[in-house]
Amino acid sequence: MVTRIHVEPNAYYDSVALMAVAARVNRVPGVDLAALVMGTTLNLEMLRDSGLGDPALDDVSPNDLVVAVRAVDEGTARAAIQQALEGLQRGAATAPAATPGETRPHTLRTALQRFPGADLVAISVPGPFAPIEAEAALRAGCHVFLFSDNVLLAEEVRLKRLARESGLLLMGPDCGTAFLGGLGLGFANAVRSGPIGIVAAAGSGLQQVASLVDWLGSGISHGIGTGGRDLNAAVGGATVITGIDALAADPQTEVVVLVSKPPAPEVAARVLERAAACGKPVVATFIGRTLAAVPGIIQAGDLTEAARLAVQLATGQAAEIPGVVERQSRIAEERARLNTGQRYLRGLYSGGTLCDEAMALLDPTVGPIWSNIPLDPAYRLANVHRSQEHTFVDLGADEFTIGRPHPMIDQTVRLERLAREAQDRSVAAVLLDVVLGYGAQADPASELAPAIAAARAEAQAEGRHLVVLVALVGTAGDPQGYERQCAALEEAGAIVTPSNAEAAHLAAQLVA
Amino acid sequence: MGERVRELLQHRPRVVNVGLELFAQAIRQQGGEVQAVEWHPPLVEPNPEALALFNDPAVEAANREAVSRMMRAQPVVVGVARARDVIPGMTERTFLHAGPPIDWEHASGPLRGALIGATLLEGLASTPEEAVRILESGEIELAPNHEHQAVGPMAGVISPSMPVYIAENAAGPNRAFTNFNEGIGRVMRMGAYAPEVIERLRWIGAVLAPLVGQALARSGGIDLRAIIAQALQMGDECHNRNKAATSLFYRALAPHLVECEAPSSDIAQVLRFIDSNDHFFVNLAMVAAKVMADAAHGVKGSSLVTTLSRNGTEFGIRVSGLGDRWFTGPANVPRGLYFPGFGPEDANPDIGDSTITETAGFGGFALAGAPAIVQFIGGSPSDAMRATLEMYEITVAEHELFRLPVLEFRGTPVGIDLRAVVRTGILPVIDTGIAHREPGIGQVGAGIVRPPASCFTGAYRAFERAYLGQERRRRAEEEPVV
Repeated sequence: MVTRIHVEPNAYYDSVALMAVAARVNRVPGVDLAALVMGTTLNLEMLRDSGLGDPALDDVSPNDLVVAVRAVDEGTARAAIQQALEGLQRGAATAPAATPGETRPHTLRTALQRFPGADLVAISVPGPFAPIEAEAALRAGCHVFLFSDNVLLAEEVRLKRLARESGLLLMGPDCGTAFLGGLGLGFANAVRSGPIGIVAAAGSGLQQVASLVDWLGSGISHGIGTGGRDLNAAVGGATVITGIDALAADPQTEVVVLVSKPPAPEVAARVLERAAACGKPVVATFIGRTLAAVPGIIQAGDLTEAARLAVQLATGQAAEIPGVVERQSRIAEERARLNTGQRYLRGLYSGGTLCDEAMALLDPTVGPIWSNIPLDPAYRLANVHRSQEHTFVDLGADEFTIGRPHPMIDQTVRLERLAREAQDRSVAAVLLDVVLGYGAQADPASELAPAIAAARAEAQAEGRHLVVLVALVGTAGDPQGYERQCAALEEAGAIVTPSNAEAAHLAAQLVA
Repeated sequence: MGERVRELLQHRPRVVNVGLELFAQAIRQQGGEVQAVEWHPPLVEPNPEALALFNDPAVEAANREAVSRMMRAQPVVVGVARARDVIPGMTERTFLHAGPPIDWEHASGPLRGALIGATLLEGLASTPEEAVRILESGEIELAPNHEHQAVGPMAGVISPSMPVYIAENAAGPNRAFTNFNEGIGRVMRMGAYAPEVIERLRWIGAVLAPLVGQALARSGGIDLRAIIAQALQMGDECHNRNKAATSLFYRALAPHLVECEAPSSDIAQVLRFIDSNDHFFVNLAMVAAKVMADAAHGVKGSSLVTTLSRNGTEFGIRVSGLGDRWFTGPANVPRGLYFPGFGPEDANPDIGDSTITETAGFGGFALAGAPAIVQFIGGSPSDAMRATLEMYEITVAEHELFRLPVLEFRGTPVGIDLRAVVRTGILPVIDTGIAHREPGIGQVGAGIVRPPASCFTGAYRAFERAYLGQERRRRAEEEPVV
């Protein structure tokens, strides 16, 4: 072991800079101990105490830098001293400029300081924490798009009361989609701007109506989501009412569409009266159900019908979705190829509203359908992972998404389920929804098309013809490319339609 | 429906996205304007019935009141006295210490060392062994400084005969006390009790403190807040760097000191002692912060943190609206840089009342303005900048007086909101000295440390319970929204 001392006169470094370099030099192989200190009495004592004492230290002043190294040999010690000096030089030379903008905000408050013009906060944090963020946004004077689900009903009531008192719009909780001023929020499609305004208590229902309006050649002004519980008695339709009033006052909106499951009766009356008095034509759909007629409200049997009626009201012209006739004749051919034992339908949905709509439309013709979200509680699946008779599942529901991404983002669960349904001899057809748009999977057909082809091939190998019906919800402008997705799915043998209701009607013809 | 909803529909919304990044990307894809928040889950899952406390205007108002008292307190150091003569509740057998309450059995090395030192200094024992026997016997009452209007750095031991500074709040009724800084290296606050340590303390008691006391009396009091405000613009953060503040204090004190009636050799010795110790001011920074924090304590319904403190074993916090109760967790070991010959294995867990500086909106919270010491946090001035910017996320206000030139004279983040710590998971940043884990050795380095999250989660649960009790009394029958 040798000890070498280097003194750099009148070279001041902060002790922290010195310790940082010393820490690096101490890691050099062959170095036993390295110290970088200013030559104060105390520091010199410390060097002596550490066994780095040297006569060279006697004349050192507090403004002198001392580099002391104990190493295995002379060469290593010298090299370490050199490295220390270079390290200090580098440290002095490189002081990268820090700008206040470098950190990302961790709180809404800081985000609003950075972006003072913000007027809407989109929240998608886990449900137990979501009300904290939503209330912070409302109290900061911002409207809220609350995607999060699993928010307690009591919190929804409290937050909606606060929103109303503050004159703000609270969309959600559990609001999947909204369109405001040409901007889609959450899972939203690239929809043309136009005269039709929508208030929807059902996320995929809003996407279906908006994209069909686009297919039918018109466009939407705004699509206001409310969350599925807004028309519960406890919430009283707070956001639906704000939404209706907003569309009534909006000069761009000429026709209002209301999308919801049947509301609580006491709420229905109030909401529908309000809508009827809004001064604009109103189309309402209760997702496959019909309520008693309300003067001034045009009821549509399903989401597709609602879009069609709204476009007709707005443009004065009846429009049809392209390809209906071709698909009609195709389904007759497919039906002819089924074995007699193939009697049941299986629906594997990513959108809860689309699943619900399909069941509501099919139930009267094909009979009861088992589900995790059944129309009749008697038909709740005991095991949601196992189908029986007619079975439709909402794969976006909690029991499928705990610890996994939503099926609009990741289809793993659905692909596995599709393969299993294909093995069931009693199955005539599988119905699927594919929802395109911002936020959704970049290329769903790339996974789904091969799975459909494989499922059909497997059935074929066992002597069965398997029909696959896909409701492809989206528009020509969606980032996934509607044409490309549609072509890939058709290539795999699926019958593809932009209308969920049409897919259900086609399926009914297979087994009714 | 209000005017604001009508306005919302007249343009493309400008969005802040809290949560899934994919939705922010979707907005950018459409050419929309969006500011993303980097959200992290809170430290605890809150009681669903108490979610309102996070944004309750009554809590906000209580916090604004508390932080305003903190910022507007005017600590002035007015004099020096013997601890037992001025510190409330102090007896001949009371030793005060840093941090939350602790007994001899659980005390860490440096605290034990300092207690041994104090026993020797008080003349209660003549050898360290004898001192240990006395301390083991329990005949000395140990109590936290914080419960006696006092603070002390590191072990923070104040024994009855020690001289203490008296700092008064010129804007309020409270006052606070602290001991004298002994310099660096082998000192009692780091747990050293060798004869030269005790000797120095005796000199402080006999020469330094009386002279400083006289000079302070002649000065009519020195405004500590003004010194801190200036030093923060001169590269100090007044916890781990006190070079500028010590110089400013020296300038303020020197003329009064030389006018004292004392041998010029004593005066010169005092001036040299102050000049040789860059940390001389840290005790004064702390007592100033204590005056500020105590002024903010006891505001009903406030979630402002008014104490952050460690005893070398546990970290403890107290909250303005939760009375004098401590919420504790095991103290962490600072991440830092070490003096030659020492390393992390020598480090004692975090110790000292000096985190009162962070409590009052400087120290680690003002790191952005102290580029000379930023390597404590492992790097560059931009890391220091980030540390300070991060603290704005958990504080109630920006300081009216303490401003940082590097942030375009923005006020330092001040007033830690317990709720914000829990909600963001961001723990206060502290830059601190590191003591050797064995008694008698002293300081071995310095670094950065955070409190354990359990202090805040424990305090949060207590705050939640108090809030719910109040809410249940207040809450009227729930009605539907419309």
